[in-house]
Amino acid sequence: MRDEGRAVLATLTRTIGDLGRAEDAVQDALVQALDAWARDGVPPNPRAWLLTAARHRAIDRARREARRSDKEAEAVGLLDRDPPDPTGSAVHDDLLRLVFTCCHPTLAPDTQVALALRTLCGLGTDEVARSLLVSEATMAKRLTRARQKIAVAKIPYRVPPDHELPDRLAAVATVAYLVFNEGYAATAGEDHLRPALAEEGIRLARLLVDLLPGEAGLQGLLALMLLQHARRDARLDPGGGLVLIADQDRGRWDRTAIAEGVVLVGEGLRRSPDRPDPYVVQAAIAAAHDLAPTYADTDWAAIVSWYDVLLTATDTAVVRLNRAAAVAERDGAEPALALVDELDGLGRYPLWHGARAELLTRLDRPTEAAHALRAALALPLTAPVRRLLEARLAALAA
Amino acid sequence: MPQYCATIYSRDADWTSPDEAATTGEYQEFSGAAAAILRGGAALYPTATATTVRVQGGKGGDVVTTDGPYAETKEVLTGFYLLECADLDEAVAWAARIPGAWDGAVEVRPVIEFGG
Repeated sequence: MRDEGRAVLATLTRTIGDLGRAEDAVQDALVQALDAWARDGVPPNPRAWLLTAARHRAIDRARREARRSDKEAEAVGLLDRDPPDPTGSAVHDDLLRLVFTCCHPTLAPDTQVALALRTLCGLGTDEVARSLLVSEATMAKRLTRARQKIAVAKIPYRVPPDHELPDRLAAVATVAYLVFNEGYAATAGEDHLRPALAEEGIRLARLLVDLLPGEAGLQGLLALMLLQHARRDARLDPGGGLVLIADQDRGRWDRTAIAEGVVLVGEGLRRSPDRPDPYVVQAAIAAAHDLAPTYADTDWAAIVSWYDVLLTATDTAVVRLNRAAAVAERDGAEPALALVDELDGLGRYPLWHGARAELLTRLDRPTEAAHALRAALALPLTAPVRRLLEARLAALAA
Repeated sequence: MPQYCATIYSRDADWTSPDEAATTGEYQEFSGAAAAILRGGAALYPTATATTVRVQGGKGGDVVTTDGPYAETKEVLTGFYLLECADLDEAVAWAARIPGAWDGAVEVRPVIEFGG
């Protein structure tokens, strides 16, 4: 029903030209459907039913507003238009328009994420607020402001022209990945994992792959999410503590998700053989982990090589840090520590201190390792990461 | 079609000075290219000529003036254009062609149509 609601919203937004009003009308229609369908059964074409209901609600609302503000003509205009076509390619195009409007670069990234969850994933305002750890009032205000900007500043409801498409697609992928990551590796709060939010990210990525099937980057994005999310059940111990990949029970990994992710990586690589997309490369790294029967049997040489490829596209300190972790497994802790220590600007990044602590421990330098752990613990952390680092510090002292 | 006010924040310069000929030339070039969508605009004298007016105690209260702009900032309001565009994408594309956007910033905001 959420998918139908989204398709109906996309079409109605185009026909009435106002996202906020369309959202209210679709919300009304969904509530109406819950009642009517429970009573009379699900209609043969639920989408057409919802679209008709939503359109009538939009017209009702417009009439009421018209009476208040003397704009009868506008409401009549809504009536005169042909009922929109709820099938096939029209819905496809409307959904794409909706995606590009919600992820428009003139909206702040936080706002794009909130709009994606509210409008593209169909979460309620209260659910979006909980997912992003802000109060419902704050979220309602943010969404209202966003809809006002879309309406009065006329953020267009259309698919960008070809020459803008690569940049705009990258922006859309970023929004989906931010949603996923906030669920996969929450940056704040009690829970390190919020699987429901990660699944919303996957839903978004699936929608994008369905809408734009030829884009290697979107395939890579979906693959990366699936291959990381496949480990969700093994990432926490029964007490809610974080389990690192080396110690995870690989029997609890989701083999179906891994198989789907691996196929997508292959397709993504075939589509962009000369210059692999960064998401495809990151997914290839995740696949190398997911396909290894044990941690010791991981193909570290392959992983280091993939990081080298990734560095040609996105050379950041965090990518270099992750590469150093793979180098530690391939070549040992000493060369890896040298790589980690030469990275600048990661002093506020807890995982940098964590990686140093791990390598210093392996090199039997416990005093420096403890110092690094204490530096990490001084930064904002989720509760499970804090517990993990505290346990390591305690183990060093013992 | 909606109108957008493009306010230009850039270095505090005297556009009447011959030293600024190169920049004013660029602005003239912009105005020429944008003629079809330009609905108004103005270039302003430097902030040294500005007077900020406040009425203390609300309407009818004491008029207090201060010498200088509303806010002391590195980049200052140096002018504005009124653009008529189909949507925000078009307005942003035109704003990017305003010389002030190249070394300062241009704020694009939709204009309210009263009684429309």
